[in-house]
Amino acid sequence: MKLLRYLSFLAVMLLLSGCKMALLDPKGMVAASEKHLLLSATGLMLLVVVPVILLTLFIAWKYRASNKNAKYAPDWTHSTVLETVCWAIPCVIIGILAVMTWVSSHKLDPYRPLNVKGKPLVIEAVALNWKWLFIYPEQGIASVNFVQIPTNVPVRFVITADAPMNSLEIPRLAGQIYAMTGMRTKLNLIANEAGDYHGFSANYSGEGFTNMKFIVRASSKKAFDQWLAKERHSPNKLTAAVYQKLTQPSENDAIKYYSFVKPHLFEEVITSYMKPEIQSIDGNDRRLTGKEVTGKRHA
Amino acid sequence: MLNSFIFGNLTLDAIPYHEPIIMVAGVMMVLGVFAVLGGITFFKKWGYLWKEWVTTVDHKKIGVMYIILAVVMLLRGFADALMMRTQQAIAVGHSMGYLPPSHYDQIFTAHGVIMIFFVAMPLMFGLLNLAVPLQIGARDVAFPYLNSLSFWLTVSGAILVNISLIVGKFAATGWLAYPPLSGLVYSPGVGVDYYIWALQISGVGSLLSGVNFTATILKMRCPGMKLMKMPIFTWTALCAMVLVILAFPVLTATLAMLTLDRYMGMHFFTAAFGGNAMLYVNLIWAWGHPEVYILILPAFGIYSEVVATFCKKPLFGYSSMVWASIVITFLSFSVWLHHFFTMGSGANVNAVFGIATMIIAVPTGAKIFNWLFTMYRGRVQFSVPMLWTIGFITTFAVGGMTGVLMSVPAVDFQIHNSEFLVAHFHNTIIGGVVFGYFAGLTYWCPKIFGFKLNEKLGKVTFWCWFIGFYVAFMPVYIVGLMGMTRRINHYSAATGWHPYLVVAFIGALIIAAGIASLVLNIALSIKNRNKEGYLDTTGDPWDGRTLEWSIPSPAPFYNFALTPEVDSIDAFWKTKQEIAQGKSVQKPAYQDIHMPKNTSTGFFIGALSGLFGFGMVWQIPWLIAVGFIGVLVAMVARSFSTDTDYYVKAADVEATEAKYAALRQRGASSLGDSAEDDGMLGSEILNKAT
Amino acid sequence: MTDHSTTADHHHSADAVDVFGFWLYILSDCVLFATLFATFAVLQFSTYGGPALHELFSLPYVLGETMFLLFSSFTYGLAMMAHYKGNTRRVLQWLMVTFILGVSFVVMEVNEFVHLVHEGHTWQSSGALSAFFTLVGTHGLHVTIGLIWMGLMMFQLMKFKLTPDTSRRLTYLGLFWHFLDIVWIFVFTFVYLMGAI
Repeated sequence: MKLLRYLSFLAVMLLLSGCKMALLDPKGMVAASEKHLLLSATGLMLLVVVPVILLTLFIAWKYRASNKNAKYAPDWTHSTVLETVCWAIPCVIIGILAVMTWVSSHKLDPYRPLNVKGKPLVIEAVALNWKWLFIYPEQGIASVNFVQIPTNVPVRFVITADAPMNSLEIPRLAGQIYAMTGMRTKLNLIANEAGDYHGFSANYSGEGFTNMKFIVRASSKKAFDQWLAKERHSPNKLTAAVYQKLTQPSENDAIKYYSFVKPHLFEEVITSYMKPEIQSIDGNDRRLTGKEVTGKRHA
Repeated sequence: MLNSFIFGNLTLDAIPYHEPIIMVAGVMMVLGVFAVLGGITFFKKWGYLWKEWVTTVDHKKIGVMYIILAVVMLLRGFADALMMRTQQAIAVGHSMGYLPPSHYDQIFTAHGVIMIFFVAMPLMFGLLNLAVPLQIGARDVAFPYLNSLSFWLTVSGAILVNISLIVGKFAATGWLAYPPLSGLVYSPGVGVDYYIWALQISGVGSLLSGVNFTATILKMRCPGMKLMKMPIFTWTALCAMVLVILAFPVLTATLAMLTLDRYMGMHFFTAAFGGNAMLYVNLIWAWGHPEVYILILPAFGIYSEVVATFCKKPLFGYSSMVWASIVITFLSFSVWLHHFFTMGSGANVNAVFGIATMIIAVPTGAKIFNWLFTMYRGRVQFSVPMLWTIGFITTFAVGGMTGVLMSVPAVDFQIHNSEFLVAHFHNTIIGGVVFGYFAGLTYWCPKIFGFKLNEKLGKVTFWCWFIGFYVAFMPVYIVGLMGMTRRINHYSAATGWHPYLVVAFIGALIIAAGIASLVLNIALSIKNRNKEGYLDTTGDPWDGRTLEWSIPSPAPFYNFALTPEVDSIDAFWKTKQEIAQGKSVQKPAYQDIHMPKNTSTGFFIGALSGLFGFGMVWQIPWLIAVGFIGVLVAMVARSFSTDTDYYVKAADVEATEAKYAALRQRGASSLGDSAEDDGMLGSEILNKAT
Repeated sequence: MTDHSTTADHHHSADAVDVFGFWLYILSDCVLFATLFATFAVLQFSTYGGPALHELFSLPYVLGETMFLLFSSFTYGLAMMAHYKGNTRRVLQWLMVTFILGVSFVVMEVNEFVHLVHEGHTWQSSGALSAFFTLVGTHGLHVTIGLIWMGLMMFQLMKFKLTPDTSRRLTYLGLFWHFLDIVWIFVFTFVYLMGAI
């Protein structure tokens, strides 16, 4: 009885959660196009998949061994017409899909600036163990595990990592892109509705990965400006030393704001992996040489 | 100093006393091993095991051992799966579940590694060993000793993975160990080292098997069997083995470079010093994508055999099937980038790889239609292998669809790394690979052991897996669409994922019932092997079409008393019809048969490689030396041995064949009465294989 | 199906099967080297601020090294000629010459490595140098294994003379040795020459 009640509770929950399909409930232009693509590609393939499944069951049933009325052709192995059909149907479907793929790959290339009026807001994102640092280079502020953006204004994320590979994803706004050390990736998106959206790392990066989440607050331009003004008065300053502390592994970090960011911090994070000259961010050699790495084994 | 020479980095701290879950699992594993060893000692079977199994070079016995290894590892890998499903079903909101992240991370890594390398691969090689030489009318594989070596290398790898449970840790990096996470800076422990050496050792075994079977298929077919007259399973096996030869060296080299990064301080994939982690990701998928076709192609072959046999009709469009397999083989090397569209390689690159990926759906789709047309106007017998096949066609159609969906880059941006992806590859691996291999096991079991598996329990197994799969993974598709990332160990209640993950857990339990019924089926069928409905006296229990069914069951150790000669696809089927139409059979003139002798070299090299691997993991100097030098000495010693083969006398062949003929006749007249007698005969024949 | 025994045929064709198997092994080794070449191609400029790779090499020195290996392939060919004539002594002599040439090659390579390390350009310095040492070193390791094998081969020839077994192994070793020669041509071209131009 208890089990039955639990099962019916489950059924209700399943129905209720239908509206929580993040991928099918986009709040931005990019995610909406991706959703549209997902649905139309699925629909196109279902045109073949559903008949194939039904046909399989029907043929298996109709030609069951006990059905002696069914026609039996024990030597029938070839039919040019049917073979052509066998190859033609998938070819046609895949042909259409290939065109869709080519067009959509270019149209929805995450690097491509959105076809929307207005200067994009640039946000630099750094994946750290295990939190996200967002720097607003033009505004000179930064935040941890929180981004605020104005609605209907294109946003360009520039992404790197100072940790194992991660992936920046905000499903209601756009698909993901990797965050990698020494590299810079880009993600253009836009929020068309105000609200708080989940963002997270989609690529496993170690023990604290599960909690590597952040909030994206899309608000009116006015609210965004108010927020900026407020954060400009935050007492926290993102100096080299503070950044250094941030790179240390930690989990479930509270949201933080910084009213000052060391200039070119983002660039330095990237180049620190590429050349020994800029190896140190604050004078302290923070990266191990190869030899030291070997010596450190299993310590 | 002395201490580090004897123990390297190994200390008592390596044993996780403080983690009760691991300890319980570990103790159970150790007890299990002791129970088996004790049992062998108690029944005084050591000599028998050594002579008949450990040192054997008979492809059929090696195949059986591969399958035993796979089933044992399936239990381990599935235990991991259940633990993960339990964690995800309870770790919601304030509850953090029962697994700490560090343990959970090891479990999903071990699950992937074990299921691919130590369940799917051994099952595949097991089935190839059982069926391929018999299908092409050969006495053994091209290199019987190498075959034994391959098997023991695989075992060594599997043992290393299991040792990591109780001595130290396993990798917590995900099953492909992407750097820089798997590099020394972020994974300083021994986990990744266990991973590297287990895969490296078993990978060499797989590579050698690839060479072995390619040579076997291309060079040892019986007279008349042109390439386009080969049984379709042999064709798909050939395609898979060519893929092994071309793909596994990439894995070997890539893992070697990761090893050099970790052991010698090199900078192939490190974050700094000019290393390039994405290079690893490219290389590992240049192996990894062909790997999935290495697994699925033989499964396709099995479905083709099963469909033809149980619909009493030749495979529709044989040559079209062959070409589809060949096309898939080559295309599988041109699509690896679809595993990381999200790297940001640009629209052109992504589109090209996306389209290349979906093109694979064309030959695969053609195959599905061909199976349908084979059933069309046939006489479909709903035996267990046929059920797996129908289950496969329906399930794989869904998995293929979600696969093509993910090959559209812009869609992939959303579902990459999500639970949707997890559901997709389980959909294709369970619905494609596992279903196929189970069909193959049921299908070839009588040929190898002389008895069939229980039909009813077989159907229970099928329905548990079939229903269990849908219950377990459809919710996983849904949570993927809800934005759930893979590999997380906890989530908030507000996400709404919880009910789905509870359903998925129930699905896992249903699959568990399927595994239990499989094990029960094996035990019950062994017990009843001489009873009616189990015992196969005919050698051709399914009214088969290919050569393996032309010889008695269980297949004699020399396979074919006389090398067959064929002139068509389904040659045995044709012969049967000719005999039915009154064609007379001449009395055979037997000749001496040239056979390879058993050897223990494969076992020793395997064991020494395992010691070497363990030594490298813990950096124990003397053990590394013993393992390394030991392997060299064993190989050199083998090259000096000239006593590697012998002849079975024609008279002995005739006597053995006569016994089978008598068995067949008695089986035809009265099965029940002579059952006891037959059993003795069966074991007698098995013992002859020395 | 007709009853037709091919026991004898099977025994005869065993050699052909074996050699085919060895070709397959070489194919797989080619893929292994291809992976390392690809890695080198990607990483060769990732010197992490260090000097470009071609500045570290002495082309004439490597050319000398190359000559040793090329000649060793030639002398191995002469050993095979002697083998076809069934002259065990001559085979042994040419194998010895090949062996010495091979050892010279390895010694020169090790010397080059020692020199580089001495100047501070180790495999730990950068991705480019890791790729260089690994690619060239893997080839060197293959040559070393070939030399050990050759030593064993000479010992077996002295012990068993030219039997079907030793002849077959001589063919294998030949395939292996010429294969390493070809790989070296690629190493020389891609690693040393193309950097210098």
